[in-house]
Amino acid sequence: MSEPLRQFVVADLTPMVGAVLASVACALLGNFLVLRRLSLMGDAISHAVLPGLVAAFLVAGSRATGVMFLGAAGAGLLTVIAVEALRRLTRIETGAAMGVVFSVMFALGVLMMKRAEGLENVDLDIDCVLNGQLELLFWAVPSSEPLLSAAGWRGFPPQVLTLLVVCAVCVAAVAVFFKELRLVSFDAGLATSLGYPAGMISAGLMVLVAGAVVASFQAVGSILVIAMLVCPPATARMLTDRLGRQVSISVAIAVVDAVVGYLLATRGPGLLGDEGGAVSAAGMMAVVSGGVLGMAVLGAPVHGVIARHARRWKLAREIAEEDILAMLYRIWEQRGAVGTLGVGDAVEALGGGHAARVAVKRLVRAGKVEWRDGAGADGGGGAGRSRGAVALTDAGGREARSLVRTHRLWETYLVEKVGLRSDHVHCTAMELEHHTTAQMRSELAPEGAAPAIDPQGKAIPPA
Amino acid sequence: MPALASRPEHSARSPLSIHDMTVAYQRRPVLWDVDYDAPLEPSLVAIVGPNGAGKSTLIKACLGLVPMASGQVEVFGQPYRAQRKVVGYVPQRESVDWDFPVSALDVVVMGRYAMIGWARPVTRAHKQAARECLRQVGMADLADRQISQLSGGQQQRVFLARALAQESRIYFMDEPFAGVDAATEHAIVDLLRELRSRGRTVFCVHHDLQTVEQYFDHVVLLNTRLVAAGPVATVFTHENLRKTYGGRLTVLEEAAQAVAQAARPGVSASAPSRGVAGAMTGGGIAGAGGGGGG
Repeated sequence: MSEPLRQFVVADLTPMVGAVLASVACALLGNFLVLRRLSLMGDAISHAVLPGLVAAFLVAGSRATGVMFLGAAGAGLLTVIAVEALRRLTRIETGAAMGVVFSVMFALGVLMMKRAEGLENVDLDIDCVLNGQLELLFWAVPSSEPLLSAAGWRGFPPQVLTLLVVCAVCVAAVAVFFKELRLVSFDAGLATSLGYPAGMISAGLMVLVAGAVVASFQAVGSILVIAMLVCPPATARMLTDRLGRQVSISVAIAVVDAVVGYLLATRGPGLLGDEGGAVSAAGMMAVVSGGVLGMAVLGAPVHGVIARHARRWKLAREIAEEDILAMLYRIWEQRGAVGTLGVGDAVEALGGGHAARVAVKRLVRAGKVEWRDGAGADGGGGAGRSRGAVALTDAGGREARSLVRTHRLWETYLVEKVGLRSDHVHCTAMELEHHTTAQMRSELAPEGAAPAIDPQGKAIPPA
Repeated sequence: MPALASRPEHSARSPLSIHDMTVAYQRRPVLWDVDYDAPLEPSLVAIVGPNGAGKSTLIKACLGLVPMASGQVEVFGQPYRAQRKVVGYVPQRESVDWDFPVSALDVVVMGRYAMIGWARPVTRAHKQAARECLRQVGMADLADRQISQLSGGQQQRVFLARALAQESRIYFMDEPFAGVDAATEHAIVDLLRELRSRGRTVFCVHHDLQTVEQYFDHVVLLNTRLVAAGPVATVFTHENLRKTYGGRLTVLEEAAQAVAQAARPGVSASAPSRGVAGAMTGGGIAGAGGGGGG
């Protein structure tokens, strides 16, 4: 193994793998917490384990990973049980119960730590609980030993091995019991009536969460744990409407968040000229996961803010185009010949707005209307032709006739079938005409039975 | 525990026998000493009563979703636990989160989970059966749509399709007609009749007194206690409805208040008035069930 590669594996890849395993385990389970509105549970557990850690240290007198894990897992389970008991015995809702339990447990842990002689100066301090010690997860192997030897393995950080086991258990549990988790998360009542023990399945999920949180926060700290429980699942939820895909996507996002966050934290300051500088890797990963969520909220293809606005804008513009065509058709009807419509008048009639102006330009480009220096308009050119006038082309005329036909068919339908008064139907028909499919149109005017005159006595144009 | 069938008043062939059921939330009694035997022949049974009368609670207690303080429930002469596979359930529509990332088909397939079993994958045959159930409720085209994109009536049909997918012998439905359009209401009625013709018995919590006679064969009138039960023609009378909705049993009401007070000593004796609705639904006892839903 070349020296730079060995250096990378020892100093960077090992902590990075630890971070990825922690992120994947948390994101996987986070899907079910977020859907069940229990996201705070991860926060609660990761804070409430502190007294467990201190107690384990006091009892065993060592900071071995196994001992710490047992103490923390015990405290995590106690938290889950205490929250559930508090919720059942009192009328406090789940969120408040979690808040009560984790703040009391965390405070208890702080007190125990102050009381425990000599404990304050070991690396088990509160900073460590929040930010983790990811940078310390390097592979402690003497440079004389090959990595893949017995001596090499002894230096491998045990936290990463713990994470590997916990992550594998989480992946296996979700893969095997996906159907059951989905059922209980969606409809616990049905689950019970079908004979699935909903309470047991929920408890099992909480045990897994406790295990994942405890294993992760030792390595990466509670801030990253909370971020990974919530951000990747929430991001994935923006991108899909199926739980299976949501879970897969959340795992992929967790991996990306962890790797990108780690590289930014360790290499970023160097690139910015701060040679040898580094920021907290766990903190950077949490920031990246929040950033990715933000991008998804804005840019997701269907549920994103931008996509939703774009759809609304497109609809408004299309409706404006159709309304302008219909206005021109009515002018043609009144005069018996092609007439012009001032762009300013059209925009005003449509309530102003940018969509109406863009609609005119698009109609011209599509060849449905053309610029005219008609009466009432002060000629083309000038201020972006906003005061010009347009007239129907042949193609536009055909579309306009079809639109007006649909409008008047709707008016007829609303009066005759729905029983509205004829002076009340114009606005409703205006709405409906923009959303009429070919099938609806044939239902409005069955073969041979199409009316010729609408309720206001206007002729319904032929198809 | 002796089987109910050994008691002279209960029959082993009855789809549902309830003996002395009492349910309490936080020690406030919601159902008191309910005794009931469903008709032997396949029937559509309406469960009717004012808000807070314990209608949903009756269903949930039968299904083991809320604990009973006392009493027994038997389905075709066997304890409910042994008979889960023959009992289908349609909860209230509001009881689930319709933003959940699943399709209509996913929800219907859930009805077959008891047949599929633990940790087994959903096979194509089960999906096919679920599609067929969606077709029966007129939702075949919407099978792959996410459930939040369905109208209220369509969501209710998804729940019904899921119940069909359970292939049960008796069904409990909690307000299947609540908040649905006329077309869905007709579709549901047709489906209920179809189920009856296939030999199923269906129990529906029902709110619309106008349609009880039109839709149902039997009726259970409930207001904390069982007021009356039997064929609609003989039981659904003005006298019984007055007892169910208007009857003020003052002593019993005071006792229920006292029980509730004893359980929660911190609360003042003058519970806030439930207003006109409270007065109309028989006051305190009906109000006592308020915590448990209608």
